[in-house]
Formats: sequence, structure tokens, C-alpha cells
Amino acid sequence: MASPGPKSPEQSEKSKKYDRQLRLWGDHGQSALESCHICLINATGLGTEILKSLVLPGIGGFTIVDGKKITEEDIGANFFLDIDSIGKPRAQVSTQLLLELNPEVKGDYVDEPIEQLLQNNPNFFKNFTVVVAASLPERMLIALSDLLWEADIPFIATRSYGLIGSARLQIKEHTIIETHPDTQNPDLRLDQPFPVLVKHLEDVDLTKMDLKDHTHVPYVVPLYQALQEWKSSHNGDLPKNYKEKEEFRNLLRKGIKMNEDGVQEYEENFEEALKAVNFAIAPTVVPNNVKEILNDYNCINLTSKSKPFWIMAKAVRDFVDNEGEGLLPLRGSLPDMTADSQRYIALQQVYLQEAARCSEIVHRRVRQLLHQLGQPVDAISEADTKLFCKHASSLGVVRGRKISDEYDTKLINTSLLAQGVENSESLIIYYVMFRGIDRFYAEYNHYPGEFGDEHDIVKLKGSIAKLLSEWGCGPLAKDDYIHEIYRYGGAELHSVSAFLGGCVAHEVIKLVTGQYKPVNNTFIYDAITTNTETIDITNLHGIF
Amino acid sequence: MGSCNILVIGAGGLGCELLKNLALMGFQKIHVIDMDVIDLSNLNRQFLFRRADIGSSKAEVAAKFINSRIPGCNVVPHFKKIQDYDEDFYRQFHVVVCGLDSIVARRWMNGMLISMLQYDDDGELEQTSLIPMVDGGTEGFKGNARVILPGISACVECTLDLFPPQVTYPLCTIANTPRLPEHCIEYVKMIQWNKENPFECPIDGDDPNHINWIYEKAQERANQFNILGLSYRLVQGVVKNIIPAVASTNAVIAATCTTEVFKLATSCCLPLNNYMVFNDVDGIYTYSYEAEKKPDCIVCSNKPKTYFVDNGSIKLKQFIEDLCESKDYQMKNPGVTTSIDGKNRTLYMSLVKSIEEKTRDNLNKTFDELGLKSGSQLFIADVTNPNTIILELKYTQTSEMVTD
Repeated sequence: MASPGPKSPEQSEKSKKYDRQLRLWGDHGQSALESCHICLINATGLGTEILKSLVLPGIGGFTIVDGKKITEEDIGANFFLDIDSIGKPRAQVSTQLLLELNPEVKGDYVDEPIEQLLQNNPNFFKNFTVVVAASLPERMLIALSDLLWEADIPFIATRSYGLIGSARLQIKEHTIIETHPDTQNPDLRLDQPFPVLVKHLEDVDLTKMDLKDHTHVPYVVPLYQALQEWKSSHNGDLPKNYKEKEEFRNLLRKGIKMNEDGVQEYEENFEEALKAVNFAIAPTVVPNNVKEILNDYNCINLTSKSKPFWIMAKAVRDFVDNEGEGLLPLRGSLPDMTADSQRYIALQQVYLQEAARCSEIVHRRVRQLLHQLGQPVDAISEADTKLFCKHASSLGVVRGRKISDEYDTKLINTSLLAQGVENSESLIIYYVMFRGIDRFYAEYNHYPGEFGDEHDIVKLKGSIAKLLSEWGCGPLAKDDYIHEIYRYGGAELHSVSAFLGGCVAHEVIKLVTGQYKPVNNTFIYDAITTNTETIDITNLHGIF
Repeated sequence: MGSCNILVIGAGGLGCELLKNLALMGFQKIHVIDMDVIDLSNLNRQFLFRRADIGSSKAEVAAKFINSRIPGCNVVPHFKKIQDYDEDFYRQFHVVVCGLDSIVARRWMNGMLISMLQYDDDGELEQTSLIPMVDGGTEGFKGNARVILPGISACVECTLDLFPPQVTYPLCTIANTPRLPEHCIEYVKMIQWNKENPFECPIDGDDPNHINWIYEKAQERANQFNILGLSYRLVQGVVKNIIPAVASTNAVIAATCTTEVFKLATSCCLPLNNYMVFNDVDGIYTYSYEAEKKPDCIVCSNKPKTYFVDNGSIKLKQFIEDLCESKDYQMKNPGVTTSIDGKNRTLYMSLVKSIEEKTRDNLNKTFDELGLKSGSQLFIADVTNPNTIILELKYTQTSEMVTD
């Protein structure tokens, strides 16, 4: 250790402040977050809770649209309004108090009713990365849904109502490179090893090692060698079922060293190899969901407007069909395993270098494609391609449906609704309730029970019965849900709003960073039973 | 709800949310305990704190903020450890809500609330002595919330195995065969620091000079072995055992806990029975289920726990190791006393230096040599519980078999 140690990098204030989240979405996720601009329609308790969990981690900016003046009731359910602000514009006060949370975030507001803005300046909404609306009445919801669908801007409509809540994501197409799967099998390629790996693994002669060396060989080596032996006596096939895997394990066990008394030693690397039989010798294939992406219309038919995701996907597709010989680019990571440093690092290098080779080929193809499409050849960096290749086996694409489709009886999944109404376990019933509430509101201009008028119960029942018959569903079996909804009187319970606020904020973060898989497409929360459910009420699905 | 007295434990990521939620739900009498001061890295989620508050007590700043924002709400701060108070303090509350990142503190609080339970002459639980505990925890995009009715539903100790085991690396890997950057960091932390003692004090993860030194030494070691991927952020993470945290998950879990407090206080509907997990990495996933009460839980079963062992040849050291490593006990530094012929005898205690020195020799003695028999009672004191736990020894081999 003759050379002096490397100097510690100076940590910026910002990376200290955001340390706990940078460990999750990385610096690149953070910079995506910092360049987004979010629009919130209606600074209700739920609305400001969503913005709170976006301002804290440091979005670029937000704009609040709200034409209401603050009432005493607002203050009771909203932390970002204070007692002195009664009568002032809700958009203005909530913007000020939210901005206090993070000096790095910019915020402004429009003190104008949403219906007016929609009518006079619909282009206003096209300035945002994501638009979020809380408690938006049906007519405006449909209009905004159509507008933002056309503009290809993600839209989330959410509501908090008594002990129930919902969030509906409207995304035309959302592509994800880093889905961050919770568990993933290592990409070891033992069934279809690349030439450098073959040489590396076959050069090791386990029979000539003393015990110390023998127990410090990475488990990949004995596993591979036993697999070759197996394949040579099984027509080149891998162990397929439980019985064959058991037989294969016995073959593997024969490699364990014996002591002088003819008893097997305890070798941790072999124990690990035995465990790895479950996941490390399965055939390497392109996962089905990735196959679908590679066969997607947008992947095959690139245009000059194609997004980098699809260009990289096409390059990977071509790689699979050519150099990859049917396989995706190698991921290039080796899980930790019992081994001495030198042997482990050497093997790690073999995987890393092959992955780098794959991604170089893919990147060459990316540049060719960019050139053919007339896009700048540096539109996609080598690092972008590398990241894409590394995550090629866990890519995600979400295709959503337009909210306004749900108002077309031909496009709504009526059989799912009918099942939901009958099944007491399902939260679909609350979707029906919300639609009934909206219908009620459109007709009577207040929420059922808002003023304690018991006639609302019958009226709400009527609204829901009409909806159900339009959908061709049978009537509700019991009135329990109607009474529950009536009891809420349209009131917002803060802890329900806070729950949804956290959920919706994270969905926005997913859309902005392009990491993690968003909900597709309707999320329902029932605080009574502490249950949630995600449904798609339209009659064609788009997630894979 | 105006008269309901709530205790919030922790004024961090969950605690700030809990205080805001409880206050907006109409609770007016709230106490909050937190021993920590505000750090820059808290500001991405602990929304009651500002840059100017860095270094001040979390409990005090949080209470002041809530009291000024929400009229009629009175939050009383305690800039203390939970261990600084006894049951006379805890008895005044109707519900305790925990927003902690420490498992030890959670277990201690759980033990405290269970030890406060009173039973009548027929062995029936006196309902007035029961204080429900609502507990939340988060890690990145995952979280959980639970409702514990002490003595009635599963307690923290009943479900100890739900806590993920701490990641540890074998010492021989760290010393001889490092492969990961983490191994290099652990080497500097566990071996090189003590050897070179660069600042003549134990490691302080909050001292940038310490972290810099560890980073530089770990980088040297990584270079020596060609290990890739060491970063300053990773060094900090390993040394301080940092758990990633975001505002959104804290909001969700604290909201779930608040709804449960609301249910308990108003009886508007049945409380969560009794455990919910949350994960929003892939869509939004939640799952609620009933965690089961362990019939022989060392803390809440009200029954003396039997400790089975082959015979009296086990050394005290092995016994203590088992208390620390077994997933049923997961203790930290247990002290062991017993009663022999009516006299109390301390067998080992690590926390008091003078007693540790006096009892150290006992570690290598067997139960037989210490005069313990099948049926002897061992009293175990540990930081995970405010009370002593009684274990009754039971030898599973008969004496004939021992002499064989």
C-alpha cells in the first residue's frame, strides 16, 4: 500500500439532504425528478398531501389550479392552510405553505375555477409532466381526460371520500427500464455459456486442488462441470423435473472432497452449488413479457419520432436475432458466493466483460438506427444503452386506457362490474359507488348526505340503479353501502387522504423517473378493512 | 376524542406524519418522545423541520410546529429516551403509537405495555389496564402497520421472526477473502480502525472525518483486491447502517396507523386485525392478515418459558450466545442471574464494568459447575425488555443418560 489513499469526494449539501432517497432511485432518478413540473387541480387535503410528498423529495416545480376561497371546513382537513387564511384563495395559501417545505422547489398557482380554465385556455394543461386532480366532478374529469390523452400527458384523478379512496391513472404508454424487481434469478448462462466463460470454467481442475483451494472455488465452477457431465449422459438435456434435479444433486455431491476416513468434508461452496440447482441451471430464455416488448408494434416500426426506449428495444431485438443467438445481452452481474478474492473477481470480470461486449454491439446497432431514423446519433449515450442492456430481462411497458372510455357502455367491462357487485370480497363495489356519487352530484349539485337530508339515500339509490341498468347489471343486493356513503356526506377524512396522498405521490415519482411499475389503472382503498385493490374496468387490457 | 390522551413515540419520518394526522383528525392531547436532534438528511421527509432547525430536538420542534399550525391541539414534547420513563408515565395514555426505526426500542415499549397489564383474582385481564399499541415501520418502498392489544393479540415478541435478520459477513471473509466493497468497509470498521485507532475514539458515523478515513482505507483495500463498486455513499450506508427512506411510504404507513388510532378511539369500526404489509414498487400492493399470538411468548404469554437443553454440560457462554442468535430471543447483551438456595446470584452481566469483570470467568463454566439444575430459574435482563424474563431450565436427557 505504497500509494496514498484516494481523496474522499466532497459531498454536496443536496446529496446529503436527499441521501435516503438517492439510495433508491439514484442520481439519475433524482435529476429526472428535479426537471419535472406537476400540476395539481384542487388544493384539497388530498391534493396538498400529494404535493407534500413530491415537494419534499425535490420535484422541479408545481402549479396549483384552484378557484376556491378557504373555508373553516377546509382548514380542518388540510395541513397546508392555516387558521388566519379563511377567505383567502386556497391555491395561493397552499402554494405558500407547501413551498416552505423545500427551498429548491418552484411553485405557482392559478386562482381560477378549473372549468373556466378548461374552457378559456385548454393549452395551459399541456405544459406539465403529470397532471393530478383531486375530487374533480365528472364533466370536467371527462373533458380533461380527453384533452390530456390527446396531448399524451399522464393524468391521475384521485379522491378521498369518508373511509374510501381511489386513484385512476391515465397513461397512454409508459416505458420502464428499471423496474427494480424484488427478486431476480442471476443471469449465469450455465446452460448456454459464452466462449470465454467456457474456457474460464473448464480451465479449473478441481481434482488437483488441496482442500483449502477446493473450498474456495466459486460454486459456478463445480455446478458447470457437473452440468457438462450430466448433459453428456442425457443427450445434452438439462435436469428437468424434481427427480432429475435430485439425481443431478447427487452427481454434484460426488465432487465434494473426502477426508482420510472416507467421509465427505463440509464445503460451503458445494452447499451453495446444491442450493443453486433450483435457480441457476434453468434454461436461459427471453422472458415472455420482454418478448412481447420486442415484438411490440412500436419496437418493430420505428419512426423518426420513436422514443429512445423503443430504439434501444429494437437494437436489442436485432441483437437477439443475430449476435445473441436467441438470448438477451448478458446482465453482467455475479451474486456474491463463497470463494477466495482472486477467483471470485476473475469470474466476475468474465461476466462483466461479456456484458460490456454485448452492450457495445447493441450500442453500435442503436447508432445505426438513429442514423437511419434521422435522429442525432448521440441522442442515446453509450451509458443509456448499457443501462438498458443490464435491465433487458426486466423491462416494463404499461399501456393504459382513457378515463372517458369508462363512460362508454361499449368500452366498459360490464361483466367485471357485475361480478364486483355480487362479490362481497371485491372493492369494485366502491367503483360503482363513486360512479353513483358522481351521477348524483351531476344531478343535484351536492354530495349525498352533505346537508343531512335523508332523501339523499333514495336519490343515491336511484342514481346507482340507473347506472347498473345501463351496464346491464343486476341491482344491489343490500343497501349497506348506500347508507355508508350517505353517512360520509362527502367529507374528507384526513388519514384517508394522507394514505392516498402517499400512494399517488409515489405513482407520480414512478411516471417521472421511469423507474418502478405504476398502477394500471384504478386503485381503490378501503380504510374500514385496510384493504386495497387494483382493477382495470375497461374491457381491453394493456399491461405486460 | 378531545379527552383521548395519545403518546407518539418517535418524531422522525413516521412521527412527523403521525403528529400532523392525529392533530387534523381532532386529537388534542398528544405527547411525543424522541431523543434525537434534527439532521440535514431528515429534511427529505420530516416535513415539520427546516434547515434552521438542524441540531435542535426533533420532539420540541415538531410539537411547536403542530401547536402553532393547528389551534386547540396541545402536543407535549419529551426530548428523552423511552427508557427514561417508567410505567407511572406511560399509564396516563389511552393509545401508544410507535414510529420508530429501532427494533430494540419497539420491543422495549411492547414489553412495558405488557408488564402494565393487570389481572383480577380469576386471572381475567382488567380491561382498564390495557393500552393498545399501534406500530408502523418503513424501509424504502415497503412498510407495515400493526395493532397490538397487549395480552390479547400477537405482540412484537410473538412475531420476532418478521424482522429481517441483519446482514452480517463472516469474519473470515472480511479478513481473508473479500469479494464485495461491503467486505472492505467492514474490514476497516471492525479490524483496521481498532488497530490504527486514527482518532483515538470509537467510530462516529456522523463525523465526516471518520467516514472519510474509512472510505480511503476501504478504497485502498478494494484496489488491492481489484474489487469494484466502492463509493462514498456505500461507505456511509454500511458504517451507519442506513435504511433508505422516502416521504411517500412514511405518509402511507403513518396514515394507516392514524386510521387505526381513530378506530380505537371512536369505535367507528373494528381495528385492523392485526397486521398490514405495504409495497409500492410494482403497482401498489397491500396485504392484511392476523399475526398469531405465540402461546409461549416470553413476554406476553404470562407463562414461565422453559429453556430446553440436553444436560448441564452447556457453558454459560453458549447459553448467552443462543439468547442473542436464536430467532426466538434475539437479545443484545443479556445479563443472567439465578437464585440458588434462596440467594440471588449474578452469573454474568456485561453492561456494568465491575460486575462484568467479576463474572467473566463464569462464561466458560458449565451449568453443572455453576450449580444449576433442571428446574432452576434463570432471570434474564436485556435492553429489549424493561422487565426481567424468567426462563426455567429443563434438561432433556436424564441423569442416567448423562453418565453413560
